[in-house]
Amino acid sequence: MPQTVILDVRRYRPEDETAPTWQRYEVPFRPEWMVLDALNHIKDHLDGTLSFRWSCRMGVCGSCGMMVNGEPALTCATYLENLLPGPVRVEPLRGFPVIRDLVGDLTDFLTKLQRVTPWIVREDGREGPEGEYLQTPDQLAAFRPYAMCINCMLCYAACPIYELEPAFLGPAAIALAQRYNLDSRDEGGDARMDELSQHDGIWACTFVGECSAVCPKHVDPAGAIQRAKLEAATAWVADLVLPRGAR
Amino acid sequence: MRRPRSGEPALWLLFSAGGTLSALFLPALVAILWVGPGFVGTPSPAHGTLAAAAGGLVGRAFLSVLVVLALFHWAHRFRYTLYDGLQLYHLNQLIAVLTYGVATALSLAAVAIVWT
Amino acid sequence: MNPAYRRYHPRWHRERMPIFWWLRKAAYARFILRELTSVGVAYAVVLLVIQAHMLGLGPDAYARFVAWLRSPVVAGLHGALLLALLFHTLTWLHLAPRAMVVRLGGRRVPDTVVLAGHYAAWLGASAFVAWALLA
Repeated sequence: MPQTVILDVRRYRPEDETAPTWQRYEVPFRPEWMVLDALNHIKDHLDGTLSFRWSCRMGVCGSCGMMVNGEPALTCATYLENLLPGPVRVEPLRGFPVIRDLVGDLTDFLTKLQRVTPWIVREDGREGPEGEYLQTPDQLAAFRPYAMCINCMLCYAACPIYELEPAFLGPAAIALAQRYNLDSRDEGGDARMDELSQHDGIWACTFVGECSAVCPKHVDPAGAIQRAKLEAATAWVADLVLPRGAR
Repeated sequence: MRRPRSGEPALWLLFSAGGTLSALFLPALVAILWVGPGFVGTPSPAHGTLAAAAGGLVGRAFLSVLVVLALFHWAHRFRYTLYDGLQLYHLNQLIAVLTYGVATALSLAAVAIVWT
Repeated sequence: MNPAYRRYHPRWHRERMPIFWWLRKAAYARFILRELTSVGVAYAVVLLVIQAHMLGLGPDAYARFVAWLRSPVVAGLHGALLLALLFHTLTWLHLAPRAMVVRLGGRRVPDTVVLAGHYAAWLGASAFVAWALLA
């Protein structure tokens, strides 16, 4: 076991420089440490000017997503030991504008999330049953994986289409749309499909599949998008045969 | 606030059908008709058998459907590969016209050849 | 909305996407190769139509076509073509279950079952082709 490990961290200080640079830090190595622990050591003992986001340090808040050795990862869930001998490259999440150091601007995702109405929609504001909605375990299982999304944005960082076409709705937003579409309590699927079945919606996706590969919560956004495509295609055929106005 | 939906589903359905048919039938066809005789030296299917298979109504219909759908599968997929792979967004219209245009032209020619 | 619009923050850094972005990760390169198999698909069906045409022209024309198939360069090309088509088939069959989630009696049919169904269909289709061409 080595005593220390090298971290190469991408710095960007917009007041002082016009382009990002690398800065090298030597950090003590502990077998139980995650990359986040190393970053916090840097901030506490080596260089207080380093900026990065983190919160729960246990993989449920989605704040600490960064590129570790070129792959999107939650720094609180990535052991330093698995990255030996190093050096370990830490960069901000790809696909998002960098505000400073390792902090990206995620407003684009938040705007897109709003577009897919991520809440239970009832027709004409009709209330649900007296008391609570009843849902069988099977009905819950139908949408539960998509509800596990922690909005960590690793999928957006892994998606080459999102980097190439920033207008793309993106994996997490579509997975969350599906979470509501497949919820038996929801009646807003038709309206959501109007947002999804667009050139910058599901149709921009070419099923690279990297989003599902990097998702720490096994949401499978790629699967959600392909299912949405099939549903959109079925709706389109149904529309041809029996236009929505007539139904 | 509702946006009219994209017409993309039609193209995607063609792409999917073409992809499925080509995935299921092409390997066997290519192995028996071309790789066998060319590579391994197995005898090529006799002219008579093949002419009967391809010349009958079922054979012609099958071949037409396979060729048209496979060509549109290629057009759709290639269009996106050029669009994303080479970042040719400004040429989007041109690429769409070229790929689907070529697919349509080849499809018409193929159907003409198969049915005469 | 205007897809080219960027919020006005001149000091935010935006990374450029290189032309050969797909060489950056093995998974991306595999993806591009998978997509390029569509070129093999197009070539294969066009050549099938040409072969059908040669059939129609009579045994002599057809024999010339078969001789062309046997030439080393062409045979090698077709060997590579078969590999590309197999790559297309295998990736297609494995990705399809992600798009088609079948629920029977309230339970989701396991992916392995759907996949087995796909392989069975492939086997059936290939057997049909073999019977049609060789019987």
